[in-house]
Amino acid sequence: MTIEARGITKSFGSFPALRGVDLHVKEGELVALLGPSGSGKTTLLRVIAGLEFPDRGGVLFDGEDATERGARDRRVGFVFQHYALFRHMSVFENVAFGLRVRPRRARPGDAEIRERVSELLHLVQLGGMAERLPSQLSGGQRQRVALARALAVRPRVLLLDEPFGALDSRVRKELRRWLRQLHDELHITSVFVTHDQEEALELADRVVVMNRGAVEQIGTPEQVYHEPATRFVYEFMGDVNVFHERDRPGRASVYVRPHLLEIDRRPVAGATIRARVQRIHAAGPTVKVELLSERGELVQAEISQDRHRSLALIRDDEVYLRPKQRHVFEDDYSI
Amino acid sequence: MSQLGSHPSDWTLAPAAPRRAVAEGALAEPRWVRFALTAIALAFLGLFLVLPLATVFAEAFSKGAGVYFAAITDPMALAAMRLTLLVAAISVPANAVFGVAAAWAIARFGFRGKALLITAIDLPFAVSPVVSGLIFVLLFGAQGLLGPWLREHDVRIIFAVPGIVLATTFITFPFVARELIPLMQEQGSEEEAAAISLGASGWQTFRRVTLPNVSLGLLHGVVLLNARAMGEFGAVSVVSGHIRGVTNTLPLHVEILYNEYQSAAAFAVASLLAMLALLTLVLKRSLEWRMGRAAHAA
Repeated sequence: MTIEARGITKSFGSFPALRGVDLHVKEGELVALLGPSGSGKTTLLRVIAGLEFPDRGGVLFDGEDATERGARDRRVGFVFQHYALFRHMSVFENVAFGLRVRPRRARPGDAEIRERVSELLHLVQLGGMAERLPSQLSGGQRQRVALARALAVRPRVLLLDEPFGALDSRVRKELRRWLRQLHDELHITSVFVTHDQEEALELADRVVVMNRGAVEQIGTPEQVYHEPATRFVYEFMGDVNVFHERDRPGRASVYVRPHLLEIDRRPVAGATIRARVQRIHAAGPTVKVELLSERGELVQAEISQDRHRSLALIRDDEVYLRPKQRHVFEDDYSI
Repeated sequence: MSQLGSHPSDWTLAPAAPRRAVAEGALAEPRWVRFALTAIALAFLGLFLVLPLATVFAEAFSKGAGVYFAAITDPMALAAMRLTLLVAAISVPANAVFGVAAAWAIARFGFRGKALLITAIDLPFAVSPVVSGLIFVLLFGAQGLLGPWLREHDVRIIFAVPGIVLATTFITFPFVARELIPLMQEQGSEEEAAAISLGASGWQTFRRVTLPNVSLGLLHGVVLLNARAMGEFGAVSVVSGHIRGVTNTLPLHVEILYNEYQSAAAFAVASLLAMLALLTLVLKRSLEWRMGRAAHAA
């Protein structure tokens, strides 16, 4: 099932949450809505779900206009950030809920419900937990129940609102991988919201980078990371060093990623920047070096452990930095 | 999929036991403070609750069991009991339904006149019960606003049962609503949004998600509501007319007996009210216990 959002505009009072957003999600795709708080990503997700109605614009499912329909009639599965499990119902009843509230004609029998719920609990690896209450589960387990519950009604679209936001980092990484596997198995068109760029890059088929109610860029993780369309996207997708070049017509900002800065003890041909080592963090998979450039800019560089060993850097060493790859954004306005 | 066996997200299990309410270690007050505070609370309770309650029963039986039973089986007392129960039977369900509906509207929606509704709900609390009764007299009494119209259609409200029911219902308006509004606001609407996204209708959401979540608060509100409905004196006194056997509720009957220097009989009837109150509390406790058991058995 494809999703299309056209010109979605929504304000809460005087606050413009979404400003004319267009989005097209292909059949079976897993799309990430990525951005900082206030970027409008959750609002957009809720508009797609039918939990909010836009001031202007529309939502289409498989080309059919769904804008007037409420969440109840859109057959979307929604997974909330804080799970929103029914606190007084067992895990079994939570998952069975969507099936139990079907109109009498379409309602499956008890045996069928039991079978479907068991199947889903097995899918999310919570087989023995059917009789537990949500309060007796860990965060990761609750999230999996929420997912099973959303999948029970065989939704055409799966929408997840920061599904792993409330979990600790180890659990988050494991569930991330697991969600991707689940998606590969089930092929339901899915959209998830996150503020964690690592999560978006790892999980999604395409990433929609949002900022202040508008879309900055839509592309594959590779495109968004290596070919950022705007400086916001560049800055959001990872650590960044900004150099201001004054010897160009007009002013421009040069963006370089820390791991794309070469450190040498002697100036090499090409644009090199002289800098002094301030701090070295050698614990970890790579070595992070903080430097102060001759122009007084703070620079972060990331080099391999091998390179660090061969350079034998220490504090206050004078070195030369050479960017292996750089992005230039013209300063066409000043703030 | 990952191997069978423990899933990493199973590694940290939330505790099944509820959090402890008693402060321990560094947060605990010194022993003598705890003792003193508990003693003060118990003394207060004893002086203002246990003593009066015990006195009621003591005085009721002061002239012997015979007088006691005569007083409570007196036809006027029985009529008063029936009226009290009737008034409670009407005003409690009505205000419970209204309270739930108002709390739902206020906690979940924004609408024009919401502030007005909230103020209106608080009105009976702000106004003296006697004034509340007076409002109805001014509206429906013989010299009242609607007096002529009512007389024309031979409808008696003031100095008749309908007036008592109206006054009591007005007085007990706020109880359930005020109990549920903060509760529902605090619980948030996410569970309801989840229910809707799963295809539940408004009614199904209300019945399966909203109501069970507020059941304990609702129960508490209804108990308070019932207590006030049965025990209301001021407002009912103004609209009642004190017609023996017809428009006397139990509290009014107690006053009449006391003013006629039949103090033992008065206390006997008062003990009836006390027993109704205790019965309500017992019912509440047993319902709470059953609900708690059902939750744990699941």
